Amino acid sequence: MQAVKYARATSVDEAVQMLRDGGDVARVLAGGTDVIVLARERRRDIDLFVDIKHIPDLIGIDYQAGQGLTLGAATPLYEVYNHPDVKAHYPALVEASHVIGGTAIQGRASLGGNLANSSPAADGIPAMIALGGTAHIAGPNGRRDVPIAEFCTAPGRNVLETGEFIVSLSFPDPAANSGSAWERFIPRNEMDIAVTNAGVYLALDGDTVADARVAIGAVAPTPLLVPAAAEALIGKPLTDETIEAAAEAARQAANPITDMRGTADQRRHLAGVLVKRVLNKAAARARGDE
Amino acid sequence: MVATPEKPNTDKPAYKVVGTRPVRPDGVDKVTGRAEYGADIKLEGMLYGAVLRSPHAHARIKRIDTSKAEALPGVKAVATHADFPKQESGSLDLGEGSANPLWLVENVLAGSKVLYHGHAVAAVAATDLHIAEDALALIEVEYEVLPFVIDVREAMLPNAPILLDDLRTNVRAKGVDTPKDVPTNIALHMRLEKGDIEQGFADADVVIEREYTTAQAHQGYIEPQNGTAFWNRDGQLTIWCSTQGIFSVRSQCATLLGLPESQVRVIPKEIGGGFGGKLTVYLEPIAAVLSKKSHRPVKMWMPRADIIRATGPTSATHNRVKIGVKRDGTITAAEVNLAYAAGAYPGSPVGAGALCALAPYDIANQRIDGFDVVTNTPKTQAYRAPGAPASEHAVEATLDELAEQLDMDPMELRLKNAAHEGGTNSAGQPWPRIGATAVMEAIKNHPHYTSELHGEDTGRGVALGFWFNGGMESSSSATVNSDGTVSLILGSVDIGGSRASLAMQLAETLGLTLDEVHPHIVDTDSVGWTGVTGGSRTTFAGGWVAYDLGEEIKKRVVERAARMWDVETDVVSYADGVITGPPDADNNPRSMTFKEIAKQLQRTGGLIAVSATSRRNTQGAAFAGHIVDLHVDRETGKVEILRYTAIQDVGTAIHPSYVEGQLQGGVAQGVGMALNEEYYYDDEGHVVNASLLDYRMPVANDLPMIDTQLVEVPNPGHPYGVRGVGEAPIVPPAPAIRNAIYDAIGVRMYDMPMSPRRILEELGPQNGSAS
Repeated sequence: MQAVKYARATSVDEAVQMLRDGGDVARVLAGGTDVIVLARERRRDIDLFVDIKHIPDLIGIDYQAGQGLTLGAATPLYEVYNHPDVKAHYPALVEASHVIGGTAIQGRASLGGNLANSSPAADGIPAMIALGGTAHIAGPNGRRDVPIAEFCTAPGRNVLETGEFIVSLSFPDPAANSGSAWERFIPRNEMDIAVTNAGVYLALDGDTVADARVAIGAVAPTPLLVPAAAEALIGKPLTDETIEAAAEAARQAANPITDMRGTADQRRHLAGVLVKRVLNKAAARARGDE
Repeated sequence: MVATPEKPNTDKPAYKVVGTRPVRPDGVDKVTGRAEYGADIKLEGMLYGAVLRSPHAHARIKRIDTSKAEALPGVKAVATHADFPKQESGSLDLGEGSANPLWLVENVLAGSKVLYHGHAVAAVAATDLHIAEDALALIEVEYEVLPFVIDVREAMLPNAPILLDDLRTNVRAKGVDTPKDVPTNIALHMRLEKGDIEQGFADADVVIEREYTTAQAHQGYIEPQNGTAFWNRDGQLTIWCSTQGIFSVRSQCATLLGLPESQVRVIPKEIGGGFGGKLTVYLEPIAAVLSKKSHRPVKMWMPRADIIRATGPTSATHNRVKIGVKRDGTITAAEVNLAYAAGAYPGSPVGAGALCALAPYDIANQRIDGFDVVTNTPKTQAYRAPGAPASEHAVEATLDELAEQLDMDPMELRLKNAAHEGGTNSAGQPWPRIGATAVMEAIKNHPHYTSELHGEDTGRGVALGFWFNGGMESSSSATVNSDGTVSLILGSVDIGGSRASLAMQLAETLGLTLDEVHPHIVDTDSVGWTGVTGGSRTTFAGGWVAYDLGEEIKKRVVERAARMWDVETDVVSYADGVITGPPDADNNPRSMTFKEIAKQLQRTGGLIAVSATSRRNTQGAAFAGHIVDLHVDRETGKVEILRYTAIQDVGTAIHPSYVEGQLQGGVAQGVGMALNEEYYYDDEGHVVNASLLDYRMPVANDLPMIDTQLVEVPNPGHPYGVRGVGEAPIVPPAPAIRNAIYDAIGVRMYDMPMSPRRILEELGPQNGSAS
């Protein structure tokens, strides 16, 4: 690790200013659980950390019935998965937040950081995509909103321009009779990077699927929203056949590589397995069985 | 013919200290963080060292230019291979194995060639680590990249890239011709043979032959390798490090640096795990050279990626086993062929693997061939029962298939062929009292083995494991303090609780409590030569010394009491810490406690301080037997272990909690090797999973509670019946799991690790990945 400068921003505008002045070698520091590792291993040339944790609203959780959920981008994971409203309405977020890092990491790491790091295997991103999330971004040219499904552009790359950072994340209020779920496959039971992961949101109208979103991760250069999987479900009864059709759509959408964490065949297969499993889990939640 | 095994003698005397579970003497320091490890060292004027490593799996070094690094402000010294004296080929004892100084120094800092990705090439000492790391980037190395070979079978082919131009096969196999004088990667072909193998197979009713592979697995100690050195201007070298053997480090450093051993002092710091991986030196000699050049102390430690890439994993292996049996289960013949990858330089544990392969069984006709093969991977080092897990896996897995074909209970098949006292091992040496049968019987009768197994896709497997255990030399001294306490000075570093286990044996001998014996681990200048903490030898050999010290102290105490009472020594006795003599002139009984006489030692002829050295080869072999229940998720290929029982003949358990801990630890590492641990090489021969994130050792919640059952068959060659216990338990987990996977889903696995990916592939399209 090289020596780096540290600056603490106390407002969004100040952070934007610091990041703009810092240029390409300035990086946002929230929990630091990814970016400090990058600096330490000299995988990024970093000269300045701009700490955004002390900006009001960057840490906090706000849920309004009918409005939805807003998370400060730097809100640590343990606050997310312990929050009663998140637990009640966004179980997929709870499931993903629970497995990112160990307990100590979860006191620092945030979903905003997980998104900004833009790993293809990020555990939080498929859950956030499935829940229809939006990233609220601030930068030198003002504010803008980007759907989380469109945020990542390549491994470790995303839509953020120099000087931009994520201020908050928001999620619509789930419909009545809906459920969400997220799961990943890892060879161990903890402390591992997903071989494949999947998140779904499912709203039921009686036995018919009223709405659905299916997202998969670690099977392409970015986490993927799979519209074809949703199409295989929406307007149809939720049966083994329609679930299998959604799983098949996920397998088709997957475009994985073979690496040390898994083979392409294994990942494509797991995309189908996990989509089936999370659909069944989300359906049980939508029906109030769980 | 197979003799009927006799029931071994499991009687042991009633002890007062041995067999109890006191708090360990080093416990408080370790749990409060006060224990000093290598990373805690801070010396005045200390520099920090860093190592430049090869980006190639195999390359010739054409040129190294360190001038720009040397010119960087803050850099105080740069070291390359050229800074070491030239070595001659030879053999240095490392405790569990040996090293050729010629290759050892090349592994410490590469000479003309780099032989694996991560091979050390140069090193820098600077005023802080960041400067040292910056300086590494300024060192220019010109490489001529060469073709490389990772796989052991490919390395044996005639057209394989050759790693060491001068290497020729050492043939130690009767009936095998020495090959022509051509370069090769096969360093050794050894053979063990007894009986008539052809006749043995001819006598068999069923013969099966199977092939197996095992993957490179790292010891996975949590504490990184480290070494701090100070080379004084008078040529005295002091080294602080984390090692399993201070005297081994001393002899390696003295040899590599061209110093007399008396000029090298090695001070052990606490050790955070070794498992065989901390017997050889890596950083210590480099730190010494950097210190010599800078005249300042130099501290070094390894980043995790370097530990995985450049310190010893165990061998990747490719093994073939052929076994013939009669219908009644009698094994008539066994043929074993072992190819072990040594890594960059010769010295895989194939010899030990060969001796262990068939050890649990009495097989009249057998032939075992072993090949030691160099590959472009890190030089392998000892890892808990070095060589045994791979060879025994192949045998235990094959026996499971034979039991199925014979429609026999797998434990019955093993019991029918169990090794026993009076039989001989694969080298033809007779077995002393051993616990093979006792362990097999204990499995068969264990409630785990006899319980019903429920649930879909669940299975049960069993396997045996064997390890010799080491004897070797240990030294200690002991001083009787005036308050009746005893200081015990040790040359063995404490990895598995040896402060407690050795002090307990001295306390038992003297009839004292453990609180009255204080163990203290010292440096190489402060105690006699002592072998490494490895080979499951420490509690055995150190216990012998503690016993000898105790007996000597007792003898001197009795002599003193006799002199004080003015009687002959033979009428004075010592028992339970009390010295008793004949009644005095008034017929009053005469006795003194150890404490009472200790108080009077100084004015009755002087304090008592004794030293002892022991080298005994009466260590007892260890047999382990494991039972595992598991579930396989057919959709993902993931194995979940539901229940695990480890049974072992442990001789006498000095401190049963630590013995149980050794069994559990062995199982944890064995499960890791079985299920997920492997080195992942990319197309360029790079190790890409060099982190604890991607080198998938089991974490706590990957393991169930591991139940243990200690079978105590005291070793007749030890005063307290101690056998080594630490290594045997890493052997059975992989074959037990493999056999259980078959029981669960009907799939026989031949390649390790038995990862979810491999199990999915074996399950095939109907369940697996091609859907």
